[in-house]
Amino acid sequence: MDQPTLYEQSVPGRVGVALPDCDVPQSALPQHLIRDDNGLPELSEQQVVRHYLRLSQRNFGVDTGFYPLGSCTMKHNPRIGEQMARLPGFAALHPLQDEAAAQGALELMFELQEALKEIGGFDAVALQPTAGAQGELTALLMMRAWHAARGEGDRDEVLIPDTAHGTNPASASMAGCVAVEIPSNPRGGVDLAALRAACSDRVVGIMLTNPNTLGLFEEEIGAVAGIVHGCGGLVYGDGANMNALTGIARPGELGIDLMHFNLHKTFATPHGGGGPGAGPLGARADLAPFLPAPIVHHVADDDRYTLASPPSSIGRMSAFNGNFGMFVRAYAYLRGLGAEGLHRNAMHAVLNANYLRVGLRGDYPLPYDRTCMHEFVCEGRPTGSEVRAIDVSKRLMDFGMHPPTNYFPLTVPEALMIEPTESETKATLDAFVAAMRDIAREARETPELLREAPHATPVRRLDEVRAARDLILCEPRAGEA
Amino acid sequence: MTRAPHSDRERQEMLAAIGVARLEDLFADIPEEVRFPALDLPPALSEMELAAELRRLAARNDSLEDGPSFLGAGSYRHFIPATVDDVLQRGEFYTAYTPYQPELSQGMLQAMFEYQSMICRLTGMEVSNASHYDGATSLAEAVLLALNAAKGDRSRIVLSPSVHPHYREVVATYLRGLDAEQVVPGDRSVAARDLAAHVDGDTAALVIQTPNFFGRLEDLDGLAEAVHAKGALLIVLADPISLGLFRPPGALGADVVVADGQPLGISPSFGGPSLGIFATRRAHVRQLATREQHIRRARATSNICTNSALGALAAATYLATLGRQGLRRVAELCHHKAHYAAARLGEIPGLSVSPDAPDAPFFKEFVLELPHPAAEVNARLRTEHGITGGYDLGRACPGWENRMLIAVTETNSRAEIDALVSALRRLTA
Repeated sequence: MDQPTLYEQSVPGRVGVALPDCDVPQSALPQHLIRDDNGLPELSEQQVVRHYLRLSQRNFGVDTGFYPLGSCTMKHNPRIGEQMARLPGFAALHPLQDEAAAQGALELMFELQEALKEIGGFDAVALQPTAGAQGELTALLMMRAWHAARGEGDRDEVLIPDTAHGTNPASASMAGCVAVEIPSNPRGGVDLAALRAACSDRVVGIMLTNPNTLGLFEEEIGAVAGIVHGCGGLVYGDGANMNALTGIARPGELGIDLMHFNLHKTFATPHGGGGPGAGPLGARADLAPFLPAPIVHHVADDDRYTLASPPSSIGRMSAFNGNFGMFVRAYAYLRGLGAEGLHRNAMHAVLNANYLRVGLRGDYPLPYDRTCMHEFVCEGRPTGSEVRAIDVSKRLMDFGMHPPTNYFPLTVPEALMIEPTESETKATLDAFVAAMRDIAREARETPELLREAPHATPVRRLDEVRAARDLILCEPRAGEA
Repeated sequence: MTRAPHSDRERQEMLAAIGVARLEDLFADIPEEVRFPALDLPPALSEMELAAELRRLAARNDSLEDGPSFLGAGSYRHFIPATVDDVLQRGEFYTAYTPYQPELSQGMLQAMFEYQSMICRLTGMEVSNASHYDGATSLAEAVLLALNAAKGDRSRIVLSPSVHPHYREVVATYLRGLDAEQVVPGDRSVAARDLAAHVDGDTAALVIQTPNFFGRLEDLDGLAEAVHAKGALLIVLADPISLGLFRPPGALGADVVVADGQPLGISPSFGGPSLGIFATRRAHVRQLATREQHIRRARATSNICTNSALGALAAATYLATLGRQGLRRVAELCHHKAHYAAARLGEIPGLSVSPDAPDAPFFKEFVLELPHPAAEVNARLRTEHGITGGYDLGRACPGWENRMLIAVTETNSRAEIDALVSALRRLTA
């Protein structure tokens, strides 16, 4: 490592911040419970600041450059959201504060619930789930509870298209269900014959991502919903790709019964290097009683907001009110755009993706070369070359861009999933196409240049297989192997 | 607010390249009857108006900076050194996503490695993951780990009644779909070590919290051995600040240590985002593997994908800034100030401190019994004295309407504590 670790920089006796003297009489410590050494490193403030600044320079974010990571919606994070989330009235608000002294926070949550209901076409929204995958689990637990309330608690099969995010089957297992994979048809949508064959009185429902991970709108959404509803199942929407549909179509009007939103994708809250996110859940009226607790209600009589648990709630998904700090940022995004701005942004997310799709045509095979939504998938093996998607990805780093999502969905060989988002300029999109075309030429003429890439990053290509096999998760203490 | 930046001319060039005339033509796949709904949302605000609106909402909340507060119960006011927000505002960190491409993520990966190293040392454990959503979901995943480790042979989870009630609710939610039951034996004043008797051959894990929900420091000596003798795992929910001073659960035989990381440099923010700390033994390391769902799909050990990386970065910066001596000092200050508050409040006639276990050691929280309902006392503390009182235990513990949980940290000055004492003396006279 070029930057020494905190422990390597530690010198006994240093403290990075001064703490106050004790202004009360000291009391005896329970000596039998006291430890000698808590094992933390010891650094000065300057060391800490310089350390993390140097680490940040070895990291790539949306602020650094183009980040077309498919299905992750790496759009610009407006700074006003950051500034507002840090207001003491939000950041220093205790989750158990008396409701009378937290009316502003509750009003914000209520208005966010209302906006998500309107955008999604749902009758109720719970903000509690802390990330998309937790939204999935929440929805599945609700679906099982809904069936159980109708005397059909034995249903345990969840239908999942083969293009679905891997979290879908993982969530199904956590909900005690069996995941049943549904193949895609040649146009990239759900194979209706296979879906019909899989439907039975064992089915909890289907987990449907629309647009799917190929970036294609599920054309037969009405038929899919009809078939699943026909066997008594529910249609759950994975809202990961909602950035294509905001102001374009309401999932609730497409036959989707409940769906999670990803505030860290669609509503521009920052991804944080891997979280925190937020995964609010919208639901149809008959599913609303099962939503997780708590939900904000407005009491019209005395114009106040209050938290309450839905009557048949599946319970809590996190300790308090969900990721409130993300609600502030998402609410700022919504209010800053209004209905027209949201609609425009979705349109331009789709415009940008289609512009890149036609830009790569000829150099990168496009298995589904038709109008896409906010993202599309190409094969990362340029026409007439033998390189792999990973080689193209690593080479793209040398052009100062983050690679697209690699090797997903699994249904496309050497997949590159590309999502530009609406916030990028045409100049950036043109630079990406130019870089990808250069790389395709290199792949044909000097493929070793790609196989040895990246060349311009802080470290050269890393062996991820070995890293996953020989796990070192913690720095050994001095003297340890 | 950020809008698509294209000029009309650029947009026309792009549409021409694609081969369509208008933006609307890109949406022909969407059923016409539901296409382009007119959304009924408030009108767009300029950034200036937006800031004013959000400041209006923020002003309707009593923040912990507005006056003395003794509210804890799982979320705490602790001092946050200036370094923390400085690091969090680096765009290279907070606008990145999960390190899918290690060559472009060396900074975050090293920061997470160092976070894990510090968590291992603090908890006394061998491995740590890179974070969970919050303490409650960390605990729920620890319970799932125990059930998986038992390979379906054990279906009971014994939870101490003094585990945070919201955390018990989250565990119950996570167990809904599985063939497992949660058992909460004994009364609220039971000591953790007496819970070993409830662990049987069908129990996958015993879950205890220390300091527990009521502030009491549990004595874990011999507990892990007793639990292991029954073939079960010991899961310990800890307060990360307390680990700066007190013996770590890892040194006492715990199999999984979880904690809510909010006290480590993360603002309360009405309950989230927080940070879930999760550390365990090397024997369970393969169950920590996450972000592999795209390969393992239904066989993945967890569905967690987006976690709380930025929270872990905040905690790492906090721990690095305070260091070995600083964290110990913060823990000592919490201890001394909480004990001072308890002693002063105990002098007030009619009030009783830790009525069920007056001699048990405690850390930064304790139960205070009042002659009146805590809800009434808190309302008067707030409106008449400008003080945010303790957590009204009647909200979570039926029958304890006259009790509150007082939290005292290094941020509470002696003057604040004395103000609480004199206010309560007047309100309960």
